[in-house]
Amino acid sequence: MIPSDMTAIASQVRRDIVRMVHGASSGHPGGSLGCADLLSLLYFEVMQLNAENFLMDGKDEDLFFLSNGHISPVWYSVLARRGFFPVAELATFRKLNSRLQGHPATEEGLPGIRIASGSLGQGLSVALGAAETKLLNDDSCTVYTLHGDGELQEGQIWEAAMYAAHRKIDNIISFIDCNGQQIDGSTEDVMSLGDLFSKWSAFGWNVLQCDGHDMDSLREAVASGLSNRGSGKPTVVLMKTSMGKGVDFMEGTHKWHGIAPNDDQLEAALSQLDQTLGDY
Amino acid sequence: MVNSRYILTTEPSEKKDTRSGFGAGLLEAGKHNKNVVALCADLTGSLKMGDFQKAFPERFFQVGIAEANMMGLAAGMTIGGKIPFTGTFANFSTGRVYDQIRQSIAYSEKNVKICASHAGLTLGEDGATHQILEDMGMMAMLPNMTVICPADYSQTKMATEAIADFHGPVYLRFGRPAVPMFLRPDSPFEIGKAQTLTEGNDVTIAATGHLVWEAMEAALTLEARGIKAEVINVHTVKPLDGKTLLDSVKRTGCIVTAEEHQRIGGLGSQVAQLLASHHPVPMEQVAVNDSFGESGTPAQLMAKYGLNAEAILQKAETVMGRLTVEAS
Repeated sequence: MIPSDMTAIASQVRRDIVRMVHGASSGHPGGSLGCADLLSLLYFEVMQLNAENFLMDGKDEDLFFLSNGHISPVWYSVLARRGFFPVAELATFRKLNSRLQGHPATEEGLPGIRIASGSLGQGLSVALGAAETKLLNDDSCTVYTLHGDGELQEGQIWEAAMYAAHRKIDNIISFIDCNGQQIDGSTEDVMSLGDLFSKWSAFGWNVLQCDGHDMDSLREAVASGLSNRGSGKPTVVLMKTSMGKGVDFMEGTHKWHGIAPNDDQLEAALSQLDQTLGDY
Repeated sequence: MVNSRYILTTEPSEKKDTRSGFGAGLLEAGKHNKNVVALCADLTGSLKMGDFQKAFPERFFQVGIAEANMMGLAAGMTIGGKIPFTGTFANFSTGRVYDQIRQSIAYSEKNVKICASHAGLTLGEDGATHQILEDMGMMAMLPNMTVICPADYSQTKMATEAIADFHGPVYLRFGRPAVPMFLRPDSPFEIGKAQTLTEGNDVTIAATGHLVWEAMEAALTLEARGIKAEVINVHTVKPLDGKTLLDSVKRTGCIVTAEEHQRIGGLGSQVAQLLASHHPVPMEQVAVNDSFGESGTPAQLMAKYGLNAEAILQKAETVMGRLTVEAS
């Protein structure tokens, strides 16, 4: 029985994230917490999946590519909760001989992962390749991607953006996690991103905006992106989020981009997050 | 003694560029397997991909001057069963996109064929910015990657068809100039299996790519002097065919390696590691000695940087001389 309360799922996913990062004494909780709502919605409500029998080729399935691979905890949690692999395996995150590598990888054969990511800026190109293969194969399913806003500083993203519009690839919906934070500080201070709406529009994309912590706002963006099929334009969703969402002392700061909570901080975080599906 | 299993002629009259062999092989691969797709970064003519593009327009992807994106696209196209062949110059196929290849192709074990033309000094007049001499080393260092550098037109065509049927990431290296056609177009081509082109017990010459014909010329000159060289065509630089090489040096006792590449990281480095571990013998390298290239004609450059038959001949004499000295 697949749970249907998206907010409840996201709460459990957030518990998993802080527990995994605490257990590994390393990892990236901030961006993971910020994207828990989107990934819960995609994997539990939106995407057409074959979780029990994962196939690399993903024919006649929707595909998801995590380009900002450092937020692997949120992806691992959602994949496990959705049935791709045992939830108990989340305890092995970042440990020796684990399938749950620090950044997502295919080498250990973890179901749900189709390409390694971590070195930023590569996921949009990969996803576009998969999207073009779907078009060649007369596969009507959709390709979803997620990128950090800081990741847009990588030049390859814009190579891919130009290509997608030129090739009229409209079976892709890319989400940008607009939390305004990166490792060294705010995106505004480190390398300002400027007017992203205008930039993506100028690159020929259908640009949507939504609240990344409001399920209905996310649903609306997905529906709008799907209805864009046939327009010949790729869709990007500028998703406003708060880094560290759901844990008050982690929220809205770059400081929790890549550090683990200690024992007391873990307790404080878990006290703010309902256990809805049972901890691993 | 010339091995007629592989050698078509020792007096080749016809010359053809290896990149045209790639173009012809790609067209054949496309005919035999509908999953073969090709991507090119604004060098369709240079890579000789036009025939494929014309025959299979829906399977040809012009990506513009954006090689990083091309590597990512190719990796993604394997998801769903395509067999992507990427085409651009060797410089832009490797150094420019190393991280994309490393993460999205090699580490992710994607069935991408990275096809690289204009490798090495024989690119010629464009000069050192384009004359990559480190590419095989970079690619060979990547786990999961197979590295192939065929010797002439026919072998490049065969290699291109062979890698379409082989599952896994491959780096296929070829070049710009017309070079002698001396290998049989119907000779067996097996990835990872070196070819003994001449048999001899005096010195082993292990060569790859454009240097294989130069090694043949050197061997023919040596033969006229009564010295029998064993020329081995190491078309697959990784995985290295250690057995064929070791069997040969156990008989000859010395070896020269020859490649259009830096001496650090290429065929010679790999052979040195092999010999040091299993059967140390005197060895000399014909390779670029830790320098960049420059503008010039291919023949001028190969002479200046010591990458021709004459250089191989000299190194063969040197290594045989060392054998005599070290034995006495």
